[in-house]
This record gives sequence, C-alpha cells and structure tokens, in this order.
Amino acid sequence: MTDTAVKELAQARGALDQDWRKVLNYGLLLALASVFISLANMPVRLDTRVVIEPILSMGYLSLLWLPVLIAYAVSKEVVLEGMTEHAKGTREVVAGLLVGLIGGAGISLLVMLIDNFDIRDPLVNWSPQLLALLNFDNGVGFGVIIWLVIGAGLGLFGGLMHVVAPTVRRTVAAAVIGLLLVSVMEAVLSDLSEGFKLEWLADWVYFKRGGLSIHGAVTVAVLAALYSLLGRPRVKTAKANFQALEGPERKQANLVALAVIAAALVILPLFLGKIVNELLANVGLFVLLALGLNIVVGLAGILDLGYVAFFAVGGYTAAVLTSPNSPGFSPELPWLVAILAVIVLAGLTGLFIGAPVIRMRGDYLAIVTLGFGEIIRLLFLSDWLSGWTGGAQGITNIPGVQIFGLANVKGTDPRAVFYLVLFFCAVAIYISWRLENSRLGRAWMAIREDESVAEAMGINTVTAKLMAFVVGAILAAFSGAIFAAKVGSIFPSSFIILVSVIILVVVIVGGMGNIAGVIAGAVVLIGVLGGPRQPGLLQEFADFKLLIYGALLVWMMLKRPEGLVPNVRRTRELHQEEFLQDAWLKGQIDDDDEDNGAEVALT
Amino acid sequence: MRSKSAPRTGIDKFLTLIKTTMFGVIGIGLMAFVAQQIDPNNPFAQWANSDATGLTGAQFEGLVIAGLSQGAMYGLIALGYSMVYGVLGFINFAHGEVFMVSAMSGMITSNKLDDAGAWESNFILSLLFVILISVSISTLTAVIMERVAYRPLRGAPRLIPLITSLGVSFFIQNVSIVLLGPGAKSYPPMPEWLSKKRELFGLISIEGTRLFVILTAAVSMAALWYLVERTRTGKAMRAVAEDKEIASLMGINVDKVIVTTFAVGGAMAGVAGILWGVMFRSVVATTGFLPGIKAFSAAVVGGIGNIGGAMAGGVSLGSAEAIAPLLILEPLGVDGVSQLRDAVAFSALILVLLVKPTGLFGERLSADDRT
Repeated sequence: MTDTAVKELAQARGALDQDWRKVLNYGLLLALASVFISLANMPVRLDTRVVIEPILSMGYLSLLWLPVLIAYAVSKEVVLEGMTEHAKGTREVVAGLLVGLIGGAGISLLVMLIDNFDIRDPLVNWSPQLLALLNFDNGVGFGVIIWLVIGAGLGLFGGLMHVVAPTVRRTVAAAVIGLLLVSVMEAVLSDLSEGFKLEWLADWVYFKRGGLSIHGAVTVAVLAALYSLLGRPRVKTAKANFQALEGPERKQANLVALAVIAAALVILPLFLGKIVNELLANVGLFVLLALGLNIVVGLAGILDLGYVAFFAVGGYTAAVLTSPNSPGFSPELPWLVAILAVIVLAGLTGLFIGAPVIRMRGDYLAIVTLGFGEIIRLLFLSDWLSGWTGGAQGITNIPGVQIFGLANVKGTDPRAVFYLVLFFCAVAIYISWRLENSRLGRAWMAIREDESVAEAMGINTVTAKLMAFVVGAILAAFSGAIFAAKVGSIFPSSFIILVSVIILVVVIVGGMGNIAGVIAGAVVLIGVLGGPRQPGLLQEFADFKLLIYGALLVWMMLKRPEGLVPNVRRTRELHQEEFLQDAWLKGQIDDDDEDNGAEVALT
Repeated sequence: MRSKSAPRTGIDKFLTLIKTTMFGVIGIGLMAFVAQQIDPNNPFAQWANSDATGLTGAQFEGLVIAGLSQGAMYGLIALGYSMVYGVLGFINFAHGEVFMVSAMSGMITSNKLDDAGAWESNFILSLLFVILISVSISTLTAVIMERVAYRPLRGAPRLIPLITSLGVSFFIQNVSIVLLGPGAKSYPPMPEWLSKKRELFGLISIEGTRLFVILTAAVSMAALWYLVERTRTGKAMRAVAEDKEIASLMGINVDKVIVTTFAVGGAMAGVAGILWGVMFRSVVATTGFLPGIKAFSAAVVGGIGNIGGAMAGGVSLGSAEAIAPLLILEPLGVDGVSQLRDAVAFSALILVLLVKPTGLFGERLSADDRT
C-alpha cells in the first residue's frame, strides 16, 4: 500500500459484524499459548528477573505480551489490490476484547484445574508455586477473576491500537520497546555508566536488586516516546540523505560510518566489566561462525548441517598443537604458529567433507553433512583416537595466545579475548565482503539460483562449491581455535549438532547472504539469549532458549525467510512470485512481453 | 547426475579413491574376521589384531537379532520419511520427533495404567490401550505439523521446508523438555512371559520382546502395503506422488491426500515409538533425533519413495550398525567399537549414496523431484 495521507476507506463495520470463527480461533490460540507458557514454568522461572521493581517481572511479562499482540493481530488485514478497506472502529476493539477474554479464560481454567487436580506426574511444572504465582497469592477465586480481567484489558488495549492514530500507536510501541531494551541491556548499561563515572545515572534508572525503578521506567518510557515523536522524522531524513548519496561521497560516508563503529568496538570494552566482555567474546565467536556459514548457506546455497565439524577441527588442532597435555603428539607450539596448521587442516577437512557431497541433491547433502558432523564428534570421543584426542576426557591445560610477548590472551581476561576475536571477525568480514563481489562470489550466487544454468554458463560448479566449503571451514576453524585458547580445555561435548543448528538459526534470522544481517543476528540472538552453553544477557532464559530458537526458526521460515536484514537479491529469489504479481498489478508488465517486462520491473 | 561418458575430473578420482578405501576396509575387515574365526593365531589374523578372539555362535546370533529388531523399528520410521518425500519432495526432519512423542505418551499412559494396577493384571488389554492412545497422539502430531508448518510452504524453494522441519524438530524436542522435564523416564517392567528368552524351531533363541518387535513391525508393514497398493486411498497417494497437478485434475483432493500421508506416516512412527518403549523401556526428549536421522538414512539406502525399500533399508541399516563394528572394525584392531555404531550407520549412508545414489531398491519420485 502507498503511504499517501488521504485514503478512501469504506465505512467502519458494525461492532457485531465479526468474523466469529476467526475471533474464536485466535482466542483459542491465545488460550493454548498462555497455558503452554504457564506449564512450561516460564512465569515461575523468569520471575526472578525483574523488569520494573516491584510491579513487573519477566515471569508475568511472559504471559502479558501475547494477549496484546494476538488481539491486535486478529483484526489486522492484508489489503490487496482490488479489495475494499474498511475504516477501523468498534468492531476491531470488540474483537480484541473477545480474543483477550478467551485467552484469559484459558489461564483461569488452568488455575481451577491446578487447584483441583494433581497431574504433577507427567507435567513436572504442575506445581503449587505456579498456582500461587498465577493467583497473585490471593486465592483461587481471585486468580480466576483477575485473569479474565487482565485478558480482557490487554485484549482491549490491543484492539484499541487499531483505532488510535498511527502516531499514538508508534509512540506507545516506542515506549514499550525502549523499556524492554533498557531492561534487557541492564548489565551492559550499568557497566558503561560505571566506566564513564556516571553511577548516579544507573542508580537512578535501575533499582538496587535489578530491574528498573518506577521513576527510571517512567523516564525511559517518556524519553522513548519523545524520540518516537520528535527524533524519528529526523533520523528518517538523515537515513534517506545517506542512501541518496552516490559515488565517492557514498564511499566516504560508508568509511566514516565504519570508522565510528570500529572505534566504538575498540573503545567501549575498556569501560565494560568482565561478565559483559565475556559475553562479547562469545558473541564474537558466533559472529565468526555465522560469517563462515553465511558463505556456505547464504552465498552458495549449500545447506551444511554439519558445520560444527569445522569448529571442532579448529579447536582440536589448536589444542593438540599447543597444549602440553595432549596425549599422543604434543609439540607445544605457540598458538600463532598453530593457527597456520589450523588453516591447512580445516581447508583439507572442507575438501574431504565437501568432495563426496558436492554432487548430491540439496537435501541429501544436508543429511550427509549432518552425518559427517556427528562422525567427526564420535571420532574425537572414541577410545580408538583417544591416543591423540583424549577421548571423553578431552584435552586440558591449553595455554593462551602469546602475541609476540606483548600480551597473553587467556580466558581469564575476556577483554583480551574479545579483541582477538574482533580482529578475526574483521578479517572474516573483509574476506566475505571481497568474496561477495568477486568472480567467485557471483559464481556462488549463480549456483544458488540455478545450478544447471550456472554450469551451462561455463561456471565450474564443482570448484566453486568446494571453495565455499573450504572458506567456510577455515572461518569456523578460526573460531574453534580461539574457543580452545579461551576456554583452556576442550571436550567432544562442546561440538554437538545443536551448535550447527544454532549457527543456522543465527544466519537465517539475521538474513542469509547479508554480512550485516548475519552479524546483527549473532549479536541479538547470542547476545540476548546465549549460545548452546554460553549465557546471554537474559540468563534466566537458559531453560527456554532452545525452545525459542526452534520456534523462531519455524516462524522466520513461514513469515520472513529472507531474514531480518535481508539481502536484496535473496529476497527477490524467495518472493519471486509476489514480485511478479506486484509488478503485474501495477500494470508494468505487458501481456505479450511478459519476461522482459518482469526483468524491467524487478531491476 | 552426470552421464557415464563425462570426462573424469580430479573430484571423480578422489571419489573413486574414497569408494575403494571404504570397500577395501570392509573387505580386509571381513577377511580378518574370517581368519580370526578359523584360528585367532594364524598370521593374517595376528597382523590385523593380535588381541582378537573371534565371536561365538551365540554372540553372532545375538547381534543379528539385535540388528533385525532395531532395523525393523528404523524401517517403520523410515516409511514416514519415504512417503512424505515421495509426495512432497522434502525431508521432514521432525518425523523423528513424532516417534519420540509416541514413545513419551506411551510412557505416560503405561505408567498411569501401572499405578492403577491394570498393567500387571491385564497386560495385553493395557498394551493395546497404550498403543491406541500413542498412535492417535502421534498421528495427530503429524497432521498438526503439516497443517501449521508445511502447508503454507507448498511451492517454496526446496530448502525452505527442510529448514522449517529442522526448527519444528527442535521445537517439539524442547516442548517435551519444558513440559515433562529433561531426564530419562522409564516404562513399567514388562511381564516375565513376554521378556523371557524363547527357542524358535529349536534353532535360535530370541528374547520375547525382540520377537514381539519384529512381528509387530511386520504386521504394520503388511497393513501399510495393503493400504497403499490395494485401496482407493493408496491409489490416490500414489497418483499424488507421481504428479500433483495431474492428480488434482483427475479429481483427487491433493491436500487431503497429503494429510493422509502424514497421518499414515505418523501412525507408523507411533507404532515404532511403542516398540522402542517395549524394547528399551526408557525414553528421553532426544530419543527421536538420532533414530529419526538413521531412519531417513534407511529410507535413502532402500530407495526413497519406495515403501518396500524403506523397510528393507531399515533392516539393512539396523543390521549393519549392529554387526559391522564387531565384524569389520574389531578384527582390524579398532578400540571401543561399540562407540562407533552411529558413525558406522552414517558411513553406510555415505557409501550407498556414493555408489548407488538411487538406493539399493530404486527410488520412486515424481518427475519434479528427480531433478
């Protein structure tokens, strides 16, 4: 739809002119989701993480966000060309209210059931704590009624969002998002304020035991709302101006932006504490992995599910070569020398795994690489190779990274590890960026779009795909080698399939084929939720992060397969039909010249 | 696939080398095994593995039976992969979780029955009830999965539903963890008359549970074969697998047939889940993942889309992973061979895909999916 101010809208429909079936479906969906969240014990486990002291914790928040969203979604309509769009009115509010009410009734029912039956045997979270939390410690009757009220209220709020002016909606959203952001980033922000000698600021915004204080919350919400009202238009114009730049000016602007980001990344860690630096180092390791997988999956379109194998090879090679404790062969090389061996071995592993699978169909390739990933882990674990790899006991006592006598980078100093990771990330970004615009990069993209056509155009698909495997493998191996030096010991259990899947989620959520997107994906997901073993900013979510990753993967694939920060070309591939349809609706394609027209319309 | 006359490049030579090495290892391993069976002290046997003692007849029989019963289970799960791949052309990773859901619900139902005392007093009826409940739940899971995750993706690029199914798989696994707890849970003990060893025809002795697993799998398989080859529904399924568009022009409701396919596959995985419970009496949230992937391997080994092939592939893969470590790796002096069972299963998959990518019994796919 266009953003023109005046839109011809049909009259708002009556309050009872509802699509009852849809309302019921959404309501039941909400009820089911709320009951599931409760029985997953999210409210109890997340209750320790306070958002606003003393009124709101993540535990309650886990139940409160859904009604608003679903009540809003129930009246959201996709208006296509040629459909009548109605003005929004009481109908939408009533729909939201009803959906919220049904959802609230779901929790009320759960409260009554927990009170009367005991099925704790299979459902481990069917507990008195959950009941007490849902009742607000006020007895069952109160719990039943309050959830009806809360559900209806939040549903009403969600429905109202359709009626109010878009500016109001945006402002409310900005305030809520600002609050959440400040709450999630609590550890980072308090560290920063301490580093800059601004403790009073953190003390004022945050309550002592964690969470925002009420006056802090109000300030943050007001500031975010003000930003949305006043700052947003300016940011928008600035962004448009930036994008309008062309040629050398654009290049210069890009360079300046890059320099600012680089400077921030170098300087900020100096003001951060150990925990946050540790977190940054973990994020960096995953950025490195995600950049590597991005080359394989995003650019070349090869779904490698055994990517963790290269991470493992990197880690084990570094460990065996540097540690005095490696059982079979222990040259005790310095890490910087060992990294050369890591590159060679990772490249060879990439060739070795890549060669047999390269001619297979895409989905067979996925399962065979997954098999390779598992085979490599099992080999590292086995008694057979334990003479070299230590078997289940792993390799311990891995020394840190000696940088020409200047520094010794070890896990005990996460800031140094972060700088090391940052350096390798910069290398990886440079490699990815150069490759993307090279002959090889274009060959990869051609293969991704249509392998047979690419081959017919004279691209040596075998070599190109093998190169993707090798480059991806080397980047992952860097990450593994740093991981070994950082942790100081290495075990087969660090290299389970789960790692591959999490890297895949990061790449997909961020945006396949887009360097910035992949980095953003890693920072957001690993930074906030955490990696397979590493905690993120929301440590309380540890039990639920895999659940969230799984759900996120499905949701992204269904709703936005191109990722949050999409690659233009990739989006076009994934939504080819919609692009063609849009172009057709706009009348840009002539009937008799469809193919050429489509090209014109798309480019 | 490239034609036979295409010029041989470096990669072809490398692949030939891999194939030769794998066959070489298998061949030498088998020869060493035979040599060690004849006399552990002969020079060739000594050269391969000086500690080898060879297997007794009873040990070998045990391995074969373990392989068969495990393989029968893989075969049952493989049917679901094979049918879905035949109809929709993508790997439904989450199929292994359908199997796990069934094993979990079987665990819950049987424990409840055990608490009520029915498990001991009326075992057969209880078991039938457990099977009924679990199979219904797993069927329902498969159908909901199709409706929520896969139907909106019909016609999307092939890798998209594959990645989605990976997400569904992780989601279901973790739903089970957060709702039921992460630990292993056990089935109530099986009655003595079922689990005791039996002599069959005075030739082989087999544990009752394993016999039960093999027989049930065979019966389910026969029922499925009848459904697909002899009924109208089966005919419609085959038609949709052959060509969706033409099938719909012939008046077949394609969506309904796809749902039926998922339901039937889910029911087979459901039966396999109960068999897992009966045989191993223990289930965790990750129970489904590895058997699921191995079952897919079995479907590929047998030829994807081929129902008889799925069962045969399951049995071959199950036997290979049970027997090969002791028959090929142990004689070659590899330590701790039982740890390498999974590695053997995946190597078998790789070998089959390298040597005969269409599987041992030929794949049956529609024209679209073959490209």
